[in-house]
Amino acid sequence: MDFELTEEQVAIRDTIRELVQDRVAPRAAEIDEKAEYPKDIEKLFAENGILGIPFPEQYGGISGSSVTICMGIEEIAKACATSSLILAVQALGSYPILVAGTEEQKKRLCPPLASGEKVAAYALSETGSGSDAAAMKTRAKRYGNEYVLNGAKQFITAGSVAGTLVVFAQTDADSDHRGISAFVLERETSPWQASKLEHKLGIRGSPTAQLVFEDVKVPAANRLGEEGAGFKLALAVLDRSRPGIGAQALGIAEGAFDYALNYVKYRQQFGQPISMFQGIQFMLADIATQIEAARHLVYRAATKVDAKAPDLTKIAAMAKLFASDMAMKVTTDCVQLLGGYGYISDYPVERMMRDAKITQIYEGTNQIQRVVIARALLR
Amino acid sequence: MRELAQGTVKPLAEEVDRDHRFPEEALAAAADAGLLGVLIPREYGGAGLDPLAFAICIEELAQACASTAVIVDVHTSVGSEPILLFGTEEQKRKWLPRLASGELLGAFALTEPASGSDAASLQATARRAGGGYVLNGTKVFITNVGQAGMYIVFARTGPDPKAAGVSAFLVPSGTPGLRVGQVFKKMGLNGSPTGELVLEDVAVPAENRLGAEGQGFTVAMRALDSGRIGISGQALGIAQAAVDESRAVLAGRGRDQGDDFLLADMATRLESARLLAYHAAWLCGLGRPFTRQASMAKLHCTDTAMQLALDALQLAGEEGSAGGSPFERHVRDAKALQIYEGSNQVQRIVIAREVLR
Repeated sequence: MDFELTEEQVAIRDTIRELVQDRVAPRAAEIDEKAEYPKDIEKLFAENGILGIPFPEQYGGISGSSVTICMGIEEIAKACATSSLILAVQALGSYPILVAGTEEQKKRLCPPLASGEKVAAYALSETGSGSDAAAMKTRAKRYGNEYVLNGAKQFITAGSVAGTLVVFAQTDADSDHRGISAFVLERETSPWQASKLEHKLGIRGSPTAQLVFEDVKVPAANRLGEEGAGFKLALAVLDRSRPGIGAQALGIAEGAFDYALNYVKYRQQFGQPISMFQGIQFMLADIATQIEAARHLVYRAATKVDAKAPDLTKIAAMAKLFASDMAMKVTTDCVQLLGGYGYISDYPVERMMRDAKITQIYEGTNQIQRVVIARALLR
Repeated sequence: MRELAQGTVKPLAEEVDRDHRFPEEALAAAADAGLLGVLIPREYGGAGLDPLAFAICIEELAQACASTAVIVDVHTSVGSEPILLFGTEEQKRKWLPRLASGELLGAFALTEPASGSDAASLQATARRAGGGYVLNGTKVFITNVGQAGMYIVFARTGPDPKAAGVSAFLVPSGTPGLRVGQVFKKMGLNGSPTGELVLEDVAVPAENRLGAEGQGFTVAMRALDSGRIGISGQALGIAQAAVDESRAVLAGRGRDQGDDFLLADMATRLESARLLAYHAAWLCGLGRPFTRQASMAKLHCTDTAMQLALDALQLAGEEGSAGGSPFERHVRDAKALQIYEGSNQVQRIVIAREVLR
């Protein structure tokens, strides 16, 4: 078991860390307050190759390794969870192509994403089909060399800003999840409608969209895998992306803890820094231990994804479950460590607490992770 | 009470939160219903009810709107009750009827930038001048700031650098030199203004000193003891709303055992918290010692509200975290309760001290 990053990974991490400190961290509060998609950060990530991390070199990218993706997401999330989602969703929206695409599809669809010219999104959830993905209503009907899509998707991260969208739809109206197929929509040729959801609890700069498809035409060449193979693909993709949500949760927790740790060292009460009180010290010790445990689970899961290990489903679900529960608890405690100052927007920790909550919900709620883990255990 | 909360207060809750707006209509309705004088005896224009009735009132309000609940709670307990407990007959006659009717909203100004949990180290001063005092200093995290008609302000009158040097004063808004500083943008409780209160050479007559010189810290601590009962009630209201909304979510979709177990834990935890709070209120009403029970209630009820708000949002899933959903609002509101009127760390200090006594 290897706990060390490669030289290349260290170099990528250091580059990201510097960019985040200089360019992302100063924007984080404003992105949250205005709830606006940070197009400037997307551009920054594109220019610096960060959006190319999810792709191997032969498709125009710089890595393709889950460990490297997680490292990038974690570094960005330390300062700004919204910005970290730009990389996380680039990975999520690209995995279906990388996992199920033909060589021709990968060569054609990946380079504009790897260069950052476009961002990707992944559209699985519907209003009546969240945790129960098999209940989806979106339909794709084949006419000659193309499919026509009709339906709606809900809670699609970056669905309004993406240039490339992977959509799951029923191709066999009489079937259950075995009739679901996956399609790649490119905005220029298969435009979809999107409306942004307003006033979210957290990740407020990340546009969460409702998507509507009214007779959207998609070339048959953009179907990923066989007809009916979509559901299996959707799950395989989530297995691979879950460590990334774990990494996001990890980064949020680390960012909050870093701030709170500095705070307790200088905040004086009863004639000494509050870090001198044992009650505070016990909180610090518990927080640091939980972060450390989550970090190992996240990178263990990422390593399994890269190795295509047979138990990656279980470990990826554990990493997502544990790291996101940890982040919620840790950020709540970090607000507590700052007291009243933790609750006001002049300090970053309340934002981090609001951002943490979604990591327990999206890419499979933590209830679903438990179902997945239990199923793997009882197989 | 429930009718007022559900009929008038609740429909405003979403807008009050979204627009960061003081819920004037809710306060007016509360005043009409006599809710602003729950703890004030009838002879001073109040309803003369006991602390248990007060806790239940705040609980009902918080179930509808946590911002409205904290405004009424701070007004009724720490913003008015100290006059009842420590005021002279003349002070009671002068202030209580106006507080009970809602003509004046009360507020409590103890915390300072460098003096939070360590309240005895406060720096604001009250210098004797002529027949009265001149107050200087900056208070922070003051609930009802800018809306209150009267602030109970704590400041140093004596040379003792600790608790024994502190006195309490009744300072009406509009007194020259008294002004509102920064009003904070917060995570939640957006309808309830929180901010700085700045005192620059504020002249206060001697008749507005509450209690003896040097008794201020005792006034503050006693006010906070029963204040914790109100905060417990507020926490119970948020927690109850979280449970009720979770039930509604689960009624609308297929449940599995994981949902049932979570709901069972939520309901059990809420029940234990409620009994702890009601017991503390009951003891307080009987005039028995209740410091330990009130701290335990505040700690357990507010931790419960935070956890249940998070659990309910988890059950609601992504729809719950979208704006306008009560689920995400409860999470943002609940967090404040673990912090104010004595952070939960301070409650543990109090409880340990009481247990080891």
